[in-house]
Amino acid sequence: MSLGFKAGVCVAALVGATMALTATAQAYTVYVTNEKGNTVSVIDTATMAVTGTWKVGRRPRGVTTSKDGKELFVCASDDDRIDVLDTATGKVVRSLRSGPDPEQFILGPGGNPLYVANEDDSQVTVIDIEKNKVLAEVPVGVEPEGMGLSPDGKILVNTSETTNMAHFIDTTTFQVIDNVLVDARPRFAEFTSDGKFLWVSAEVGGTISIIDVAARRVIKKITFKIPGVNDEAIQPVGIRITKDGTKAFAALGPANRIAVIDAKTYEVQKYLPVGQRVWQLAFTPDQKYLFSTNGSSNDVSVVDVEADKVIKSIPVGLLPWGVTVSPN
Amino acid sequence: MNASLLSRSAALVLTLGLGGTASLAVAQEPAASAQAAEAAPGDTHIGLIYRPEIAPSSYDAEAAPEDEGVAGARMAVKDNNTTGRFTKQTYALDEVALTEGRSAVDAARDLVGKGIRYLVLALPADEVLAVADAVKGEGVTVFNTAAPDDRLRGAECRKNVFHVIPSRAMQTDALAQFFTLMRWRKMFLIVGPNDNDKLYADAFRASAKKFSLKITAEKPWTFGPLAKARGDTPTRSEAMVFTRGVDYDLAIVADEANDWGDYVPFRTVDPRPVAGTQGLIAATWHPTLETWGAAQAQNRFRRLAGRLMRPLDYQVWAAVRSVGEAATQKKTADPAVLAPYFADPAFSLPAYKGVSLTYRPWDHQLRQPIIVVQPKAMVTVAPEQGFTHQRTPLDTLGVDLPETACQF
Repeated sequence: MSLGFKAGVCVAALVGATMALTATAQAYTVYVTNEKGNTVSVIDTATMAVTGTWKVGRRPRGVTTSKDGKELFVCASDDDRIDVLDTATGKVVRSLRSGPDPEQFILGPGGNPLYVANEDDSQVTVIDIEKNKVLAEVPVGVEPEGMGLSPDGKILVNTSETTNMAHFIDTTTFQVIDNVLVDARPRFAEFTSDGKFLWVSAEVGGTISIIDVAARRVIKKITFKIPGVNDEAIQPVGIRITKDGTKAFAALGPANRIAVIDAKTYEVQKYLPVGQRVWQLAFTPDQKYLFSTNGSSNDVSVVDVEADKVIKSIPVGLLPWGVTVSPN
Repeated sequence: MNASLLSRSAALVLTLGLGGTASLAVAQEPAASAQAAEAAPGDTHIGLIYRPEIAPSSYDAEAAPEDEGVAGARMAVKDNNTTGRFTKQTYALDEVALTEGRSAVDAARDLVGKGIRYLVLALPADEVLAVADAVKGEGVTVFNTAAPDDRLRGAECRKNVFHVIPSRAMQTDALAQFFTLMRWRKMFLIVGPNDNDKLYADAFRASAKKFSLKITAEKPWTFGPLAKARGDTPTRSEAMVFTRGVDYDLAIVADEANDWGDYVPFRTVDPRPVAGTQGLIAATWHPTLETWGAAQAQNRFRRLAGRLMRPLDYQVWAAVRSVGEAATQKKTADPAVLAPYFADPAFSLPAYKGVSLTYRPWDHQLRQPIIVVQPKAMVTVAPEQGFTHQRTPLDTLGVDLPETACQF
């Protein structure tokens, strides 16, 4: 069987620092989807250890929690559905009709609906998660993946990996209102908290485009240069921007680094060494920690956001893909 | 027939329960016909000229499907049109299946006469050259998806031809880099009777020299197409003792027609691995490729064609997508704008290889990572780590600018 190989656990550039957890830091729960393990690894931020492994559908990728944290949504891409888990028990309690091959999704600001990118089907599906009903299917480019939502919930952005565009979708009419061409293979879209700018990563292009949301125009392209690393290996995927809008983190794939970017000047300040093939990122709600999924080394790196330091790597399941943190 | 050499050398032994065999049996219309798919005025037409594979006379587990290559073109046109919805560009595919005796040049002239300026060829080298010369001066861009011949990138290069399929030199360089990395130095080269086998052997010898591998022995294969013999045929003892007394790490088979290369593994006197055109091979695509988004392309293709995607499908896909991608980037499908743009360093094609692919300006060969694969698993990807180049590591594969014999 192809899954029979032993995964070498790489200790990802541990800085050797002991955990700097203060007594006041709130404990959250981190959920990591393991694309080839068909599981979700559960991490407690108080101990930074895996406390459970939950079985889900096949090829789990995108992951998010309900606004109250009681439910976990997991894209089971190869089962063409979204599994909904009860976070108290870790059991799949129901499944949503997501359309084929759901990859990434984003929840509306009110906790409903769910906007899903159907990677194999060139569309975005809008689902009412309470009624388990498809509200709309929006045709987009080839291989839709990245999903960003403006803070007011009015504009949904989907990136299509083979069409190389950010599609702007009106969430009241479900119509594509504009398309912005970006570099090759856009994987992720993230709005700044003021809703004025949209950051889009291009995995093969090796850049992050900053789009002026009102003008729908690329105003800046961030490029990366790492000594000793081939330019081809620098493949930006996940992006997270702090709520105060000062700092951004970008996962650089097989460069095995997270870039720390000044979100005002767009200057790259630092590269943090993490595990291998780093893709997705998630903050804790207090933004003290950032978690990254390192697919090839089968682990998660923990970044101290204030100190810009990697403080721990935590082994998880096979080919970790997505990550999200409970709101409470 | 070398139109689908690379495709056939990638052994499709994976059984994935396709349930699509019925659809594969649909008979191809025998007459050469140009089928325009839902042509509308304003469409950018892309012509595809190919020779359907002759069906095998008896059971063949890996028979080439009749729509080999064509299915890749159909997927690419669909991809072009999905993107085109947002750029107001539409595409149509004109497929020409050549029958026995029908000249590719006539088919190409017909298509060009109808105003088509992009021709994708899944044809052997001589026919690629004939078509390229026949349409010279007409503003036509020709894409070569099936002829790996180095002469088309060298002394006989043509300015209006772009090569999607890697040259033989690129294929053997990819293998040689891996052997160097593994410190497998001593090569036993076994060369088949066909002209293409000799060309493959030439390319391998050049790669061995380039990467300091030693060819410790070389013998011609004289035992016929034993790989096509039935399994209950008595083992040919002279073919077995043929490998006796040779000092080597690895046997390299040069058998582009797939006649006997698969007979060699596990039949050598000394237990030695086999590589080249069979065993461990260099390929553009394989059913086990799933990284860099390839899984999506594999799924999309399977839904569309009811079978696994083959290297020729991928190469034709990349040719048709080159037109679509260039048109997206330049915001026009005007051939006068796109023809020079394909060779522009600014043009790049994302094609499920982790990096964007570009055409080398000096010989119009598509730069690309090459997968090194055994029948059921990917082994590595060339260029290997550590092989560096001032321009891009991709240029460690194949003929580099200082060595090129191409003059446009």
